Order: sequence, then structure tokens, then C-alpha cells
Amino acid sequence: MHINPYEIMETIRMVRMEHLDIRTVTLGISLRDCSHPNIETFNENIYDKITAHAKRLVSTTNEIQSFYGIPIINKRISVTPIAIVAESCKDPDLVSVAKTMDEAAKDTDVDFIGGYSALVHKGTTPGDLKLINSIPESLASTETVCSSVNVATTRAGINMDAIGLMGNIIKKTAELTADRDGIGCAKLVIFANAPEDNPFMAGAFHGIGEPECVINVGVSGPGVINAAIRELETPNLTEISETIKKTTFKITRMGEMIGKEVSRRLGIEFGILDLSLAPTPVIGDSVATILEAMGLERCGTHGTTAALALLNDAVKKGGAMASSSVGGLSGAFIPVSEDAGMIEAVEAGALTLEKLEAMTSICSVGLDMIAVPGDTPTSTLSAIIADEMAIGVINRKTTAVRIIPAPGKGVGDFVEFGGLLGRAPIMSVSNFSSEIFVKRGGRIPAPIQSLTN
Amino acid sequence: MTSSRFIITVIGSDRVGIVARITTVMASFNVNIVDISQTIMQGIFTMIMLAEAPKENFDLTAFQEAMDKVGKKMGVEVKVQHEDAFRFMHRI
Repeated sequence: MHINPYEIMETIRMVRMEHLDIRTVTLGISLRDCSHPNIETFNENIYDKITAHAKRLVSTTNEIQSFYGIPIINKRISVTPIAIVAESCKDPDLVSVAKTMDEAAKDTDVDFIGGYSALVHKGTTPGDLKLINSIPESLASTETVCSSVNVATTRAGINMDAIGLMGNIIKKTAELTADRDGIGCAKLVIFANAPEDNPFMAGAFHGIGEPECVINVGVSGPGVINAAIRELETPNLTEISETIKKTTFKITRMGEMIGKEVSRRLGIEFGILDLSLAPTPVIGDSVATILEAMGLERCGTHGTTAALALLNDAVKKGGAMASSSVGGLSGAFIPVSEDAGMIEAVEAGALTLEKLEAMTSICSVGLDMIAVPGDTPTSTLSAIIADEMAIGVINRKTTAVRIIPAPGKGVGDFVEFGGLLGRAPIMSVSNFSSEIFVKRGGRIPAPIQSLTN
Repeated sequence: MTSSRFIITVIGSDRVGIVARITTVMASFNVNIVDISQTIMQGIFTMIMLAEAPKENFDLTAFQEAMDKVGKKMGVEVKVQHEDAFRFMHRI
């Protein structure tokens, strides 16, 4: 037999016991040819285009799932940032566009559709503002639509006016979905250096440098890495890094194979493979647990940032060797509500918002799925975003904030979203004000790191 | 897709007749055994087969369902996966 039985059983174990899966196959669709001044025609155009291109996405990925016996959890669509394609719409209200996207997503049976987005890192156009102002109602009146706003880049600096505005938008989004613990905010990401080809939600959009249509694949596997580390007998950190790298290599190969096959069967170009350790609320499928497997009593204690740096770097190295198409975010995600180990660490008092912020400086995303008290001032939300954007801009990396000011809740309470979004304990924020700083507005100039030409 | 070869794994507790009943289903779908190995891994009965499916008129879904059904009757888990799922992961 060309493949030895031990290897076959290793693969089977990864899927059956350690939750290895293809987290998402995301179809990127350009909507640039859909623009129209009349919003009804515009909505018709985007509905027709999305449904035409995505009609075989779910059935094809399901076929591939059973062909290889590898679970493909989510099928998603990302589109050109709506602020760009809707710029020429005369109608002041864009909520119907979000509803059209939602309808197209439901009719093609996908789980999420991303791209209700605006890129405002250097400034806002009237179209950008129109979109941003419609986010709360759009997210409250749809189920599958995800929204993102890029407010900073290393090249442009940090748009503090936009950040000030986003504090209000987040608060309003939480209020409009107060009956569901502010779930609207779980579908809204604020970015620095947003990648144009990220297949993961809520931040996926189809970038303006992307082709007409593209398949991007997100692979996950915290459970597999966790099991591989725990199998080692008293390893040193070099050995742990080596094991993560080798395991990641295998996971990435699987993702690449699936991505190329989906692309071949649909006749759509294969874009990137995003190898991100995306935890799920299932026990063991946790990034926090990996850090604890390295020898930390609890995720969040001293040493956590170093352990996460090792993990994130080894994941990238293993992934880069396995595929020439690695892109997107590729690293480790640390969403609190979606990771049983992170939740436990917060409850035990080991993990705080400040420590999470430090962790985001060396891993692939940012403050993700963090619930804070409902009465958190909007200026504090904006200031949290500003801090996170600064980390991304200075380190030339993507950072993001997905924060939920849970209506009517305080420290000690929980928000419950269910499914992959999980549940989150409310974390405390500083009681000292950032209001004057945020109100100053303007732009934090691009850092010296941007002057590379 | 590079071939019509599948890896069939049977995992569970050992009992009389597993191979006989599994291969009967395979024969009815005209699926040929290329290689077969059987072992006890970590105390669990494990049978791994490399099998070749007919190139035409082969209904993979129906085959997977039939294999799953016969496995369930015997209290074992039967999986049918294309060989590339393993080849890609472990071979460059």
C-alpha cells in the first residue's frame, strides 16, 4: 500500500477525534458591474449576480466533503465592499441592499455573506458614510450579512474620525439587537490593514484587487495541534515548535487539496488558503488549551504572549511550506466567546482585556468576540479600537476589533449567541475616560514604517 | 481527481464475518480490492483497504450509504474516502 496504515489512521483520528475540518469555503464575487443610481435596479443586479455565481457552491462543496470524508463546515460568500458599488445610488438608505444580500445568501443556502463594508482608512466618501450609518439597522434586520470597516492602514495611518463614529455604530448595533444580547456586533469587524482575500467571517470581503470570482479556503485545526503537543513527552519549546510546524503542514495540505478541487469543479479560480487556528466552543478545539499544553496553568498568565508567538509563527512556517497560496489572515485566532479555554480563563480571572490586547500584537487578528458592559461609553469603545489599530499599523499587520457592549449586562454576566459564535463572559473595561482624546478626531499620521519607497 | 481509488477504513470491535460482509457489499458495487491490511491499533480492530471503483456508472453516495449501513449492523464504523485525502496530507 502506497500510504501506510499509520498515516491513514492519523488522518482519520484528526477528523474524528480532534475536530480537523475545512472551516470555510468562501466564494468571492465582484459586484463592480452592478452599480446603478436606482437602488431597486442595483439590488436586482446584485441578487442576480450573487445567485448566478453561487448556485452550485453548496452542492459542490457537499459532494467534495463526502468524496474525501473531510468535513467542510461553512460555505460563504464575500462581495466587493458595498460602499464602493453603492456609491452611485441616489437613495439615502442602504438597508435594502443588506436585505438583498441576506436573501441571496439564503437562496443559495450559504451560512454567511460578507462585504457590507467600507474602506475609510484615509477618509470617507458620502457613499462610505451612508453605508456606515446604515450598519446598525442592516445587521439588526438580516441574519447572514456581515459587515466590516477598515479604519487604518500602515500606509495611511489611523482615521480617528472614523473610529469615533464606529464607537457609536457599535453601540447602536448592540441596542438594535438587545433582545439577542447584541448579536449584531458579532457580525461587525473594525480593521487595520484588512486583507482583501480573507475567507473568515465576519471580516471577509472581496477586495478591489481581486479577480471577478475566486475561491478562498479557510482551514482550521486547534484540536489537532493541541493533541499533537500533548502527545510529546516532556518536550522543550523547540520541539513543540517543530511539532506544530509539521502538524500544520499536514492540515494545510488537506486544505489546499479541497480548495483546488472546489475550484476545479466550479470552474472558478483558486485564490488563497487561509490557515488559521480558529477555535470552536467544542471542548479541546481551543487555542487557549494549546497554550496551556505548552505548560501554562491558565491562558492569560505570564508567558502567554510568548507561547502564542511561538504558536503563531510555527503555524505560518508549516503553512507556508505546504502551499504556495497561503494568504488571508493565516495564524491563530483568539476569539473569546468561541473558545471554551478562553472563556474558562476569563472566568478564572486569568485573562483580562489588557492581556488579550498584548496577545494581539503577535497573533493574526485582534480583540475578537469580546463582550463588555452595556453601559461602556462609546468613547471607550472607540479608544479600545484605536489602541488595537495602533498595534496593527505600527507592526504592519492586520488587527481587528469585534466587540459587543452587551445591553443591560455587566461584569459577571454572560452573553449567549449559540452555534459557532458561542458564549462570552462580560469583561471589565477601564473606568477612566478617553473621551477628550477620541473627540479630538483627525488622523494619526502614517508611521515611519510606511516610508519604504 | 487523479484516480478512482478509495481508502476504506473499518474501525470497531472484532467479530466473525466483518471482512466477508464488507467485501460482499463492495462486490455488489463492482469495487475491487487493490490492497488490504488488518491490525489491532490501540486495542481497536482496524481494517484498511485500498479499493478501486469502476470508472463509469459508479454511484459513490449509494456505495458510501451501503457501506455505512453494513458497518452499523456489525457495530463498526466504515468510511469510504478518496485516496487523495491521505496522499496529499502525507506525501509531497
